[in-house]
Amino acid sequence: MNPFLAALRKDLLLQWRTRSQLVAVFVFGASALLLFSFAIGPNAAALRQFAGGFLWLALLLASTLALADSFESEMAQRALEGLLLLPADPRALYYGKAVANLLQLTLLGAGLVPVMVVLYDASTARLPGLLGIVVLGAAGLSAPGTLYAAMTAQVRARNTLLPLLLFPLVVPALLGAVKATSLLILGDPMGQLAAWTWLLVAFDVIYWSLCGLVFERVIED
Amino acid sequence: MGKSVWPFGLTGLGLALLAWGTTWGLGFAPREAYMGDVQRIMYVHVPTAWNAMLVLTFAFLCALVSLLRGGWVWDARLEAAIEAGVVLSGLVCIQGSIWARPTWGVWWDWDPRLTTTAVLLFGFGGILALRQFVDDPVKRAVWSAVAVVIAYVDVPLVYFSVRWWNSLHQVQSSPETVSRAFHWPLRINAFGVLFLVAGLLELRARLAFMRRETELAPPPPSETAVAAATR
Repeated sequence: MNPFLAALRKDLLLQWRTRSQLVAVFVFGASALLLFSFAIGPNAAALRQFAGGFLWLALLLASTLALADSFESEMAQRALEGLLLLPADPRALYYGKAVANLLQLTLLGAGLVPVMVVLYDASTARLPGLLGIVVLGAAGLSAPGTLYAAMTAQVRARNTLLPLLLFPLVVPALLGAVKATSLLILGDPMGQLAAWTWLLVAFDVIYWSLCGLVFERVIED
Repeated sequence: MGKSVWPFGLTGLGLALLAWGTTWGLGFAPREAYMGDVQRIMYVHVPTAWNAMLVLTFAFLCALVSLLRGGWVWDARLEAAIEAGVVLSGLVCIQGSIWARPTWGVWWDWDPRLTTTAVLLFGFGGILALRQFVDDPVKRAVWSAVAVVIAYVDVPLVYFSVRWWNSLHQVQSSPETVSRAFHWPLRINAFGVLFLVAGLLELRARLAFMRRETELAPPPPSETAVAAATR
C-alpha cells in the first residue's frame, strides 16, 4: 500500500473512532457563531454583512482545537517514534495527516454554513462556490496548522502556543476566505471574487509544498 | 564566537550618529509645510522601519543557514535577530501610532505596511515564545528556524493581501522622494540605527552562544568521581 494512503487511512480511522471530539468542536464553533451576534446586536442587515467574517473566525477558533487533537494521539505512548521507525518517507506521514485535517475542517466548515445561514440570514444562492471557498480556506489552515501542531504537541503550554504561531501566519488565507465568502453572500458587483480566490490558491500552494518540505526536520530527533 | 570589542565600538558609533541625526532633525532641519513639527518623528520612524525589515531578513538568512548547515553560532544569531526584529517592529508600531494620531486623527489604521508590521510583530513574537517553551536545544534551534522561514515567506502575502483590502498610508519616503533639506538627518539616523542594532545583535548573539554552551556542557563530575580519579 502507498505510504501516503496508509497514513491517510490511519488518520481518518482515528478521527472516525474519536468522532465525539469532532461533534464537540462543531458545537464550539456553532456557539462561537451565536456569541458573535451579541457583538453586533439584533441588527439583521449588519449581521448579514459580517456573516462571512464570523464564519471564518468561528472556523479558525475551532480549528486550533481540531489541529491540536490531531497530534495528541501520536504523543500518547510515543506512537510518533514508532511511525518514524517505519521504512516510509516522513512526508507521507505529513500529507496523510494534513489531508485528514483538511477533510475534518471542511466538514466542520460545511457544518457551520447552515448555522450561519440560520443565525445571520445569509444568502445561499451560490452554495457550491461557498463550499469551494470552505475547502480552499480549510486547506490554508490545515497545511501550516498540521506542521505547527507537530511542534507544539511536544512542548509545554501547547494550547497557547499553537494559536500564537498559527494566527499571524494565516492572515492572508483568512483575509482571502473572508472576502470571497462575503462576496458570495452579498453579491460581487465589481468582479473581485477571482482575485481573492487566487490569493487563497497561492497561499495553499505555497504552504502545502513548503510545510511538506520542512516537516521531516521538525519531527526528526 | 569571538571576544573582540568591535560590537561595543559599533554600538557607540550608532548611538553617536543617532544623537547627531536626531539633534539635527529636531533642532535644525526645516519644519514640514503641512504636518508641522509632528513630521520630525520621521527621522526615527523611517530608519527604524528600514532596519526592522533588514533585521528580519537577516533572521531569515540565519534560519536558512542554521537549517542547511547547522551550527550553534547561527542559532545564536537567529535568536538575537528574532529578538531585535520583534523590538524594532514593536517600536515601528508605537512610533507610527504617535505620528498617525495628529496626522490622520486615529491611532491605528489598517494600512498595508502598518498591518504587515503588526502581523510580523505577532508572528515573530510567537516564535520567541516557542523558543521559551522548548527545553531541548536541538529541537529549539530547528523548530524556530523552520518557523522563521515559514513566517518570512508569509510577509509578501500579508502585504499584498492587506493592500488589496485597504490602503491609506502615504507613499514610502526615501531620500529621492523627500526634499533635500530632510536628507541628512534621515540618512545619519538610518546608519545610526543600523550600527546600533548590528552592535547589539552581535553582543546578544554572543550571550545566546554562551548560554547554549552551558546548556550543552556535560554535567560537572560528582564529588565521588573526582575523589576516585584523584585517589
